[in-house]
Amino acid sequence: MSYDIVARPHQQNFIDWAADKPEVLVLSADLTNSCEVGKWRDTYPERFFSMGMAEQNMLGYAAGLAREGFEPWLHTFAVFLYRRPLDQLQMSVAYPSLKVRLIAFLPGIMTPGGVTHQAIEDIAIMRAIPNMTVLEVGDATEAQSVLDVAHAIDGPVYVRMLRGEVSRIFPESEPFQLNTARILSTGEDLTLITSGIMTEEALRAVPMMQERGLSITHLHISTLKPFDDPRVISAIARARHGVITMENHITVGGLGSAVAELMAEHAVGVPLRRIGVRDTYAHGASQKYLMAELGLDARSLVETAESLVGRSLGINDDELTQVRTVNVHSSAKAEGL
Amino acid sequence: MSHTSTVDTTEIERIAAGIRRRVLEHTLTNNGGYMSQACSAAELLGCLYGGMVDLAPLPAPLIPPAFPGTPGPNGINRRSGADFHGPTSPSADRLVSSPAHYALVIYAALIETGRLDENALDDFNRDGGTVEMIGAEHSPGFETTTGSLAQAISQAGGIALARRLKNETGRTWVFMSDGEFQEGQTWEALNAASFYKLSKLRVIVDVNGGQCDGPMDTVMGIEPLAERIAAFGWNVHSVDGHSIEAILEAGADENDKPTMILCYTDPVRGLPILEERRPVLHYLRFTGEEEQARYQAALEEMSR
Repeated sequence: MSYDIVARPHQQNFIDWAADKPEVLVLSADLTNSCEVGKWRDTYPERFFSMGMAEQNMLGYAAGLAREGFEPWLHTFAVFLYRRPLDQLQMSVAYPSLKVRLIAFLPGIMTPGGVTHQAIEDIAIMRAIPNMTVLEVGDATEAQSVLDVAHAIDGPVYVRMLRGEVSRIFPESEPFQLNTARILSTGEDLTLITSGIMTEEALRAVPMMQERGLSITHLHISTLKPFDDPRVISAIARARHGVITMENHITVGGLGSAVAELMAEHAVGVPLRRIGVRDTYAHGASQKYLMAELGLDARSLVETAESLVGRSLGINDDELTQVRTVNVHSSAKAEGL
Repeated sequence: MSHTSTVDTTEIERIAAGIRRRVLEHTLTNNGGYMSQACSAAELLGCLYGGMVDLAPLPAPLIPPAFPGTPGPNGINRRSGADFHGPTSPSADRLVSSPAHYALVIYAALIETGRLDENALDDFNRDGGTVEMIGAEHSPGFETTTGSLAQAISQAGGIALARRLKNETGRTWVFMSDGEFQEGQTWEALNAASFYKLSKLRVIVDVNGGQCDGPMDTVMGIEPLAERIAAFGWNVHSVDGHSIEAILEAGADENDKPTMILCYTDPVRGLPILEERRPVLHYLRFTGEEEQARYQAALEEMSR
């Protein structure tokens, strides 16, 4: 499976999108080019505010601006939006349910920047914040069409965003839709539920597994909260051998937990296997290396499926579609992070 | 443009005396209250609500509503506490109170200035009401939820920036307590307001030198505060926080920098008996009937 690669999907798209929305402002915390808004700043200098490395204050400014009718779009790395300024995020922004957009780059283990830059528990924390909507994009189409979705929500929105060289998996004619799972395939043996970059990773293995006779319902999730799309529970209820979730996140509190909650509430009695980061921090290394080390890759999916159906699928590593490796020094990124 | 033409110092003295008396009365009735904050901030809040801040008048005092529910997607009013500051307009000032544990004192100031029903303190800390012990944005006089301290100055900076983008002429005031200068966020906010030259942002601080654990200089010192804030690019005034004239004069200063007014205050001012409680003054709860009787006598003295 190969996809078109879009370089900097957010950069020009956000500029074009914001042209007729004077209320949209950008607040940045010294990661402007790294978050693909350097050109936005140069295009709309009167709507761009550099807040420096001072995220607690930035959340407060965002709240004040939102109270006065503006719509601040905060651009920085995910970790700096919720770890350091969590109290400000909760009390200044989330409690009053203000229209602040948190555009969170480098979700999960996508950066060689190491533990300080890897947002592996953000979804767990964001799901636990009242009034917060939690979105995660899985490709270039979603990175571009999530803008309309976030803009329409009357409250704070957290978006796990992609940047740099991003695959276009979903047609541009099928934009991001709030709280609506994408049904990528249907089948009765297994239900596979993936989010973010894990969808592309899963798609390396799914066709091979289907060739070996497994019928698979595969859902791509881009809305983590709310999480009550009826497509999800109906897909789960259909699974003969079990359900597998795959997330670029710790297995506590994220997609796997949300699915577990749903299964328990609906009394669906099939096994659930959660692929994700297992109660550990990561370290500075390439995405490919970390995905293999932490068991987040296509190989892990095959092994998990084999354990659920109770037989070997006989899939060799070289059969898995060639992994797409993003060059650490890609010209589509501002730096090697 | 002058913002202080309607200020009457005699009226502010009356408001200040009323704040101390009401808070003491309430503290006696409830065997507990934030008394030292009333003693230190009475003149300061008297100035803020007595005309120094251009808030639109209300036709009649408002009765505090029942708790309306938390803000959220169902469209619940996000800032009902600001209703007590009158309708906003491009030219009117805004007042954001940061130290939410001053709520009792702020409610008293609102009552004294005809913005809050005079029986509202009967609802203080009552289940299902809005006259909460630690004010939030549904509580009378509060525009933000800042019980976690030092968050208001950043929000007010955002409000001031937004108002400048909208070409509004009104000023944005923040009432702070000195303890909040222990929080790192305060200094981030000072830096940002200076960087963006928010000349219409004005912060007034009750520097009463006390915090929950006791005197600030034993908990974590913040002095020399004026020099530190000036070094961040602010226009700083240090005044006697019980001198109405000095507060008003500092409040009228127009500058192209954001302005900080440090009001040095005495946390037992107007209630000498409170001196016995030093050094821990944060909250007054009576030790017994004998002490309560002496405070009752002080109230009668005050009311004469």
